[in-house]
Amino acid sequence: MSIFISEETVEGADDGPLAGTTVAVKDNISTEGVRTTCGSAMLEDYVPPYDATVVERLKDAGADIVGKTNMDEFGMGTTTETSAFGATENPVADGRVPGGSSGGSAAAVAAGEADLALGSDTGGSVRCPAAFCGVVGIKPTYGLVSRYGLVAYANSLEQIGPFGSTVEEAAALLDVIAGPDERDATTRKEGADSDYAAAADGDVDGLSIGVPTELVEGADEGVVETFYDALDQLEAQGATTHEVSLESVEYAVQAYYVIAMSEASSNLARFDGVRYGHSGGYDGNWNEVFGRAREEGFGAEVKRRVLLGTYALSAGYHDKYYKQAQDARAWVKQDFDEALSEADVLASPTMPVPPMELGESLSDPLKMYLADANTVPVNLADLPAISVPAGETDGLPVGLQLVGPAFGEETIIRAASALD
Amino acid sequence: MSTQAAQEGDLAAVIGLEVHVQLETATKIFCGCSTEPTEEPNTNVCPVCLGLPGALPVLNEGAVEAAVKVGKAIDADIPEETRFHRKNYYYPDLPKNFQITQYDEPICRDGELEVSVEGERRTVRIRRAHLEEDPGSLQHVGGGIDSATHTRVNYNRAGTPLMEIVTKPDFRRPAEARAFLAKLEEVLEYLGVFDSQRDGSLRVDANLSIIPEDEIDDEGAISEETLADANRTEVKNISSHKGAETALAYEETRQKNLIRRGKGVQQETRHFNETHGSTVSMRSKEEEKDYRYFEEADLPPLQVSDWKERIPIPELPDARRERFEEEYGLDDESASKLTSTKQVADFYEDVAESFDPDLAATWVADNLLGELNYRDMQITDVEGRLDEFTRLVELVADDEITTKNAEEIVLRRMLDEGEQPDDIVEAEGLGKTGEDEVAQAVTEAIDENPEAVADYEDGDDGAINFLVGQVMGKTGGSADPGTVNGLLREELDD
Repeated sequence: MSIFISEETVEGADDGPLAGTTVAVKDNISTEGVRTTCGSAMLEDYVPPYDATVVERLKDAGADIVGKTNMDEFGMGTTTETSAFGATENPVADGRVPGGSSGGSAAAVAAGEADLALGSDTGGSVRCPAAFCGVVGIKPTYGLVSRYGLVAYANSLEQIGPFGSTVEEAAALLDVIAGPDERDATTRKEGADSDYAAAADGDVDGLSIGVPTELVEGADEGVVETFYDALDQLEAQGATTHEVSLESVEYAVQAYYVIAMSEASSNLARFDGVRYGHSGGYDGNWNEVFGRAREEGFGAEVKRRVLLGTYALSAGYHDKYYKQAQDARAWVKQDFDEALSEADVLASPTMPVPPMELGESLSDPLKMYLADANTVPVNLADLPAISVPAGETDGLPVGLQLVGPAFGEETIIRAASALD
Repeated sequence: MSTQAAQEGDLAAVIGLEVHVQLETATKIFCGCSTEPTEEPNTNVCPVCLGLPGALPVLNEGAVEAAVKVGKAIDADIPEETRFHRKNYYYPDLPKNFQITQYDEPICRDGELEVSVEGERRTVRIRRAHLEEDPGSLQHVGGGIDSATHTRVNYNRAGTPLMEIVTKPDFRRPAEARAFLAKLEEVLEYLGVFDSQRDGSLRVDANLSIIPEDEIDDEGAISEETLADANRTEVKNISSHKGAETALAYEETRQKNLIRRGKGVQQETRHFNETHGSTVSMRSKEEEKDYRYFEEADLPPLQVSDWKERIPIPELPDARRERFEEEYGLDDESASKLTSTKQVADFYEDVAESFDPDLAATWVADNLLGELNYRDMQITDVEGRLDEFTRLVELVADDEITTKNAEEIVLRRMLDEGEQPDDIVEAEGLGKTGEDEVAQAVTEAIDENPEAVADYEDGDDGAINFLVGQVMGKTGGSADPGTVNGLLREELDD
């Protein structure tokens, strides 16, 4: 059970803020000359001819890339078990999953295989494995980090985010990758001259923390206990807490999956075996050949999501599913904006459950989808969030999630660093 | 279609067009690759236009500017902001298996274009015009689309900016559709956003249905209901004006015949066979296409509220034609000819600046365009030699060579041999120097003796001798009477 899909070293520049630092990169981030599989048989032999913007920035900053990490196929999963290259075991919890979909990246940092790592977060794919592996993971505000070179799963939701052993280390990696990119039209000028690492000063005196009751109520008892213990620590350092309500989050998981699957059905259409990837051969008409490439190249979870997404966008169902989900998304955004007008950050358990046992959730996709209840609303709202270790329950890591206002990365980094 | 109408035979065609034009920009619409056509396949490509995993589109604002120019030229509404959608369908020439296009917020809406058909001016309403990316191109090897052994894909074209211009069903005759396409091309070329010489730069989908003629009211309007009731066919991917006319004429006849024989018209998509001038059914069963449009989140909406004011457009052909009539006193026919393309009009104005506008009009509209047309050449073929043509007109205007020699010898050799006008004059000895006096006297003698000229023209050959005498007198007897006789006859027989 491997952390890496490809263990290849790419050396960065001689000096720079990350000189001498090793970084593991999720295998859906394009690396020139190093195969980028997305955890899929479809791209088993695909070697990109170009670097993702974040990879260029890593190299320029002096980081050494040590390998491409295992992940759920195309990011579709919460356990890293849908990878075509096998599962990854949680390095700090025997027999358990590392979380997903960036499970390999979180595991690489937790196991000491790399100092830092990059993942991508579409509905919690950085924060979930950070929580499960007991490391720090940041999901930046949509538009802070360039997605150029990130193989799209759900392009309106996802951001590349950093992992580190400490908040400060993860923040230092965010400093390197953040900022506008002319190759990604959705990036913004924010983050150009950031110093997120400096924000990790542990000062939470006077910080106002809102706790959305809806994100705590359904969680596992041990998780809730650990979560409140961590909040107590923050209060002891001068923070105040109050309960807030996010009524819209009840619909967030459904809305998230409709949007993510709809976008996925379109984003993954390009994998037809003509230009790259698994080929469907040359016999029969092109329709049959495309179908064969996709039948053979995609795993079960990918097929499920592409089919459901195609359905949700189809004439007659578009208004009922896709449009309703967009309305729900707007509501979630509004809800978060309101809650954040009366609190500096919002806190919740990152995951409502501790790491699952290997094999446990593969047969029950719905259960896996529901585990994303606390993370997906943040992607719908385009907001930044961090998962920081809160402690353990029965020897299993628990993560605390802090959500901030748009481009309020400093605030969540400062707050989280008080738990380091 | 009611049986009664079919029996009466009073049937009318209703035609609408969807025109795809490639906008002339230096780079593609969503990446920095060149749009210049190249022979070598798959060379003007990059991760973006190949749809490689992870690549993202970035909008070329030059394409939007070109579209705004078109919008101004067709007097369309341009919205506050414009955005892009994905049109999802699988096809081997489509790198991402979706096309980035515009859906409910096109860059242009509700425009119109005035067209002249056989002397009658008509306004064609344009429903919308939107931007999108061109797919790649397919090369079928070893046969046609149905019989090829295999197919090659070339992505050089993928990502070329396209504008799709959709008219309302305002045409009644195929010739009107053709005239519209010619006019549209003319306007686009005037705007400098289109190159008609580029292969595949204009593709037309033409739809046609047949309705009872009495459903058209006095204003020429047809109810939505009538249009909805009539089954229409769409002929896809026609590549020329003439092709559009031919295909529509074929469809009109075919559909009218079906109706007159009491058979219905199948609503379907048809393919135009250019060689046979006919259309054939493309799909045995017309399925409802579902493109699953949704917003392209990779491209944020673009604010264009002030673009219409900000972006200037040049004087358009209709306005220029009217100005030519007023400013240079040209008749409608000459003015129309001279404004048919921007290059011709620009050239005319250059020439008219230095010489008499009438002389300039004759030279450009009749002589130059006539000789070019005879050789199947375009003004663009001689664009770099406009100075030489100006020199030729100058030689005539300054009376250094005869009009006849200028037309029949110098102009033709310039076009056929690529020679300079002065070189031709010298080589052929066409200069009037030395002969000037005699030629002058001949002209004067003709001008001063209209009666003798009239007599000669009425067949009185003796009248020529009177005129020879007049010329001899004027030249002090220095001229050769035989030459004078010849010159007089040349002028008078012209």
